[in-house]
Amino acid sequence: MLKIDNLHVKLEEEDKQILKGLSLEIPAGQVHAIMGPNGSGKSTLSYVLSGRDGYEVTEGSATLDGQSLLDMEPEQRASAGLFLAFQYPVEIPGVGNMTFLRTAVNAQRKARGEAELSSGDFLKLVRAKAAELQISPEMLKRPVNVGFSGGEKKRNEILQMAMLEPRMCIMDETDSGLDVDAMRLVSDGVNALRSPDRSFLVITHYQRLLNHIQPDVVHIMANGRIVKSGGPELALQVEEEGYGDLLAEAG
Amino acid sequence: MTATIDLEVREGVDRETVETVQSMGSYKYGWDTEIEMDYAPKGLNEDIVRLISQKNEEPEWMLEWRLEAYRRWITMTEPKWAMLNYPEIDYQDQYYYARPKSMEVKPKSLDEVDPKLLATYEKLGIPLKEQMILAGVEGALPSPGVDMAIAASEGRRVAVDAVFDSVSVGTTFKDELAKAGVIFCSISEAIREHPELVKKYLGSVVPQSDNYFATLNSAVFSDGSFVYVPKGVKCPMELSTYFRINAENTGQFERTLIIADKGSHVSYLEGCTAPKRDTHQLHAAVVEIVVLEDAEVKYSTVQNWYPGDEEGKGGIYNFVTKRADCREARAKVMWTQVETGSAITWKYPSCILRGDESQGEFYSIAIANNMQQADTGTKMIHLGRNTRSRIVSKGISAGKAQNTYRGLVTMHPRATNSRNYTQCDSLLIGDQCGAHTVPYIEVKNTSSRVEHEATTSKVDDDQLFYCRQRGMDEEEAVALVVNGFCREVLQALPMEFAMEAQSLVAISLEGSVG
Ligand SMILES: Nc1ncnc2c1ncn2[C@@H]1O[C@H](COP(=O)(O)OP(=O)(O)OP(=O)(O)O)[C@@H](O)[C@H]1O
Ligand SMILES: [Mg+2]
Repeated sequence: MLKIDNLHVKLEEEDKQILKGLSLEIPAGQVHAIMGPNGSGKSTLSYVLSGRDGYEVTEGSATLDGQSLLDMEPEQRASAGLFLAFQYPVEIPGVGNMTFLRTAVNAQRKARGEAELSSGDFLKLVRAKAAELQISPEMLKRPVNVGFSGGEKKRNEILQMAMLEPRMCIMDETDSGLDVDAMRLVSDGVNALRSPDRSFLVITHYQRLLNHIQPDVVHIMANGRIVKSGGPELALQVEEEGYGDLLAEAG
Repeated sequence: MTATIDLEVREGVDRETVETVQSMGSYKYGWDTEIEMDYAPKGLNEDIVRLISQKNEEPEWMLEWRLEAYRRWITMTEPKWAMLNYPEIDYQDQYYYARPKSMEVKPKSLDEVDPKLLATYEKLGIPLKEQMILAGVEGALPSPGVDMAIAASEGRRVAVDAVFDSVSVGTTFKDELAKAGVIFCSISEAIREHPELVKKYLGSVVPQSDNYFATLNSAVFSDGSFVYVPKGVKCPMELSTYFRINAENTGQFERTLIIADKGSHVSYLEGCTAPKRDTHQLHAAVVEIVVLEDAEVKYSTVQNWYPGDEEGKGGIYNFVTKRADCREARAKVMWTQVETGSAITWKYPSCILRGDESQGEFYSIAIANNMQQADTGTKMIHLGRNTRSRIVSKGISAGKAQNTYRGLVTMHPRATNSRNYTQCDSLLIGDQCGAHTVPYIEVKNTSSRVEHEATTSKVDDDQLFYCRQRGMDEEEAVALVVNGFCREVLQALPMEFAMEAQSLVAISLEGSVG
């Protein structure tokens, strides 16, 4: 599904290399987790994959189902099935959450040559999914993320993911700032979406999330590279020992 | 449950907007109607004033009034204080009167109106046949009128006065309105049929000598709308006037007079478009509103005159004087404007809060893109005790445009315990445009309070990226973010106009990113 090969990325504005030869392959249906110290480049990876301005790819490639992502506009990547749950979801004053969702859903359907959802079907769907995530109808009406609590913002990201049904879901620290119950809601939401033709890249600092969402592979990222990959036990090791030994071992 | 329905309606409107935007090019009303016209000779002099008066079959007093204005006007000079740059206007190089030949003999009803004219309004989406209004217009282009058509199909009705160049083509629902005692007709007809009302109120809010453009208008206005809502009557439907400039090198000078008698209510909508032309065209209108005790008037405008092309070629010069006089206690007026068109906009819809406890509100969205220049705002003149006013202005500048908010709030000595709240937000798209805020505040008593808040911001890249990551293209993303910025004002519009206004916001900004 997602194949990243020897990716080198620097900041556009300054001479600062952030990703330094990162390679990663996520087959369809799998959940991969990335853990790594602050500033190791995890969010940068998610932004580069989704097409945010400000970065320059100097070497390497990233493909989704064999299609090169790096040449596409952000919205084309989205319609191709790439979704990013933001570490810091953005507020859009005055734009209703529901309007935003519906505009997004239909923009993607249109780009894929599918019929748009009627307002009736859309409402039914969004209400059901919102209910599962315990997002109140009142929150659907409010402007996108404005005045939402940290946890509400994260649940809202998962609602968007559930509505857009992407094939490749990248979640950047979606678990940070969630209370215990919200963590369960979000995990249940993600687990419900797991399917043989959908993959996940879960960026997290806590092994706790991985108890709920069982990963197939855990990667450790440091200084712009994947330095070690392994099974779920790797997350446990990080939790217990920190990164010190792991990074030393990787040199 | 009503909340949900309300939500669905709103979401529907938002959605429609995005769809409308996607299906539209830039300026969709730029086509013209080929129709035989009668012109008055080019230029302006007393004979032209007489001719206009004669074409409208006016009584002597009206002609005298016009001539007085004309003689005044030639002694005046064009104001230059606005933040607007445009070449000298040659007032002698214009036509001041243009009428379709077919309108020479006044049609008695809409059935007799030239099909070409009817087709023009149909193409604009303005429902001019009452049965069509009831049935809803099918297959009309997405355009200003579609909202009215949608309103109609939902059982809400809108009466329309259609003004084409210098004349009113027809007014719908007159009979039904008359049953409620409401007079809704062209001003030329009102001068003939209701001289006592016109004599009493014309010029009582905007005097002949008010300002250069208003005085010019007083001399040469050719048509416009007239509304009288009698005591205690809640007008049974929305009223609207749709202005279309078609003829080349022709100025449009319309005059609107609205009188809301004691305890009455009326909501009035105004829409305007013009063909794409290489030359600039002059539009100098006057709107006067008289609001008596406990009466309420809501006046909404969606101004979409041709803005000119990207290099600033062509476009309407729009110099408009709009003023409401809350003449008696507890009178209330609300101006809502969405200004997207015109090359030059010079316009300050104002409220004179004369009656005690009277209220004035001004909600405005002004968008200037490419080479457009807008200098717009409001005046709140507090004269009565316990008067209230509220100003919400959203200015959006893109391209190389300049957008100025100019506002005046005055609290006179007698206007004790009065309040004003002003919020003035500017949004910049790109780095070649400008936004300016020029608030004047005068408080001449100690118990009144004036609050002013102003912000300037740029369209945020993170917001755009967030939208695009969810699948919207850049223009759709900008439209969504800007509509969010304007939300407060859009919500002040009647539903009939909300959708059009939202799509206009988006369309006006096309090409402003990327
Ligand atoms: N636009 C930018 N300007 C300057 N430095 C940047 C920019 N974007 C990223 N960086 C730097 O790149 C490095 C990687 O940042 P990134 O946000 O990808 O880290 P992260 O692994 O997501 O960290 P965290 O766990 O704290 O979220 C950091 O040192 C950060 O300061
Ligand atoms: Mg991060």
